[in-house]
Amino acid sequence: MIAEAASQALSLIVSFDANVMAVVALSLQVSGLATLIGAMIALPLAAWVAQTRSRVREPIVVLLNASMGLPPVIVGLVVYLLLSRTGPMGSLGWLFTPSGMTFAQVILITPIVAALARQVLEDADQEYGDLFRSLALSRWQSLCALLYETRFSLLVLLLAGFGRAIAEVGAVMMVGGNIAGHTRVMTTAIALETSKGELALALALGLILIAIVLAINVFAHFAKLYLRRRYA
Amino acid sequence: MNRRYFLSVIAAIPFAISSASLVAQDTSITVASTTSTEQSGLFGHILPLFKKASGIDVKVVALGTGQALDVGRRGDADVVFVHDQAAEEKFVADGFGVKRIAVMYNDFVLIGPSDDPAKAAGRDVVAGLKAVYNGKSAFVSRSDKSGTHAAELRYWKQASLDPASEKASWYRETGSGMGPALNTAAAMNAYILADRGTWLAFKNRQSLKVVVEGDTKLFNQYGVMLVNPAKHAHVKKDAGQKFIDWLVSVDGQAAIASYKIGGEHLFFPNAAK
Repeated sequence: MIAEAASQALSLIVSFDANVMAVVALSLQVSGLATLIGAMIALPLAAWVAQTRSRVREPIVVLLNASMGLPPVIVGLVVYLLLSRTGPMGSLGWLFTPSGMTFAQVILITPIVAALARQVLEDADQEYGDLFRSLALSRWQSLCALLYETRFSLLVLLLAGFGRAIAEVGAVMMVGGNIAGHTRVMTTAIALETSKGELALALALGLILIAIVLAINVFAHFAKLYLRRRYA
Repeated sequence: MNRRYFLSVIAAIPFAISSASLVAQDTSITVASTTSTEQSGLFGHILPLFKKASGIDVKVVALGTGQALDVGRRGDADVVFVHDQAAEEKFVADGFGVKRIAVMYNDFVLIGPSDDPAKAAGRDVVAGLKAVYNGKSAFVSRSDKSGTHAAELRYWKQASLDPASEKASWYRETGSGMGPALNTAAAMNAYILADRGTWLAFKNRQSLKVVVEGDTKLFNQYGVMLVNPAKHAHVKKDAGQKFIDWLVSVDGQAAIASYKIGGEHLFFPNAAK
């Protein structure tokens, strides 16, 4: 079975199968965009929580850490109800669209990136905080400096968030509906082929998904090495 | 950088994406249908023909009949195409659908292990289920409020048996779609009620085979309904109606009739002329 799947995966890649490529592209688009938007929300939030002395700080930390374990299927169900025509955000018409899937994945990965980044930034703040204060940096300036100093660790967090997004099936299945040529991504395609009993094809798609995630991580790793050599 | 500008750019990103997809939706409709029509490959066969005739893209969300009707009830689809006559008539009577129109039928088959330990083989599905019950052979039930599940419960009722509420240990309620349930039955070497289309298209059969077929009770009618625009104003009634009209037209019925797997017809058009 595995040998059959591997050869099938290879022939799908080599022949540049149009259907598979479209599904791969949508996976990358939805999860990549979700990671980008998630990071734009999570990093400022993490930076704020890491430095604040507000009373709500501890509850927020616990809440963020706990919501790393949000089950995708629950996020999918809640977003489904929100985006449904009869739901509060129904007028957007996002149900069964890539926008809706991206929205669901943003909710999934924002807490992960925020919770881990908060810890990274807090540790860095312990190290550099006194220095920044002695330089009389403003709060905004020292936040930017912290984000800059921890950029390599933060990159790993983004990869973790992206990995979670591209690997989950529960939320995209419910919110996207697995519509052929429109909202079908790698994980929902794998679930579909499995349910058709096409186990070798499902496994082949799985191998392609793993290869893509691996390739992205290899790229990120070498990008990091290059930047470190150049600027550190 | 100007912070307010930066934030407004971020806020605008999702809207830019959604407006791009709105443009694409002008010539497309969403159809909530069943796993049996999608996974058997029927839609892959007829939708390109409809697109060629009308220019309308049909986006199919494949669910169990119960869930597909719920999607229609919420207004999240323009057309519902399912197979559970009683539930469909209720859907229309409650005002969620405009009118139920018969399109085609196929039939259910009772699948079981090739050595048929319960001796269920024959042409009578009710007798077959009684044999499974008496033999306490493993039986996989969809248990997901799908059309197939509704049919299975109907046959148990006709046999005056109720393994679901008896919580019989051989009666396995999986709560999954037709394909996953067939995978489960193949792994357990169990009996299962399936629609013929999904069964013919299904690849992971292991030692399962058809045990009972050809009973008139196994008839499985599919109906199509436009979601009521009076309830949900955004329903694309013109494009949706075009799809329904095409399905029951000579061309649409011929397209359905021409779909075969391994030389076997999967669906038989029977729209009223």
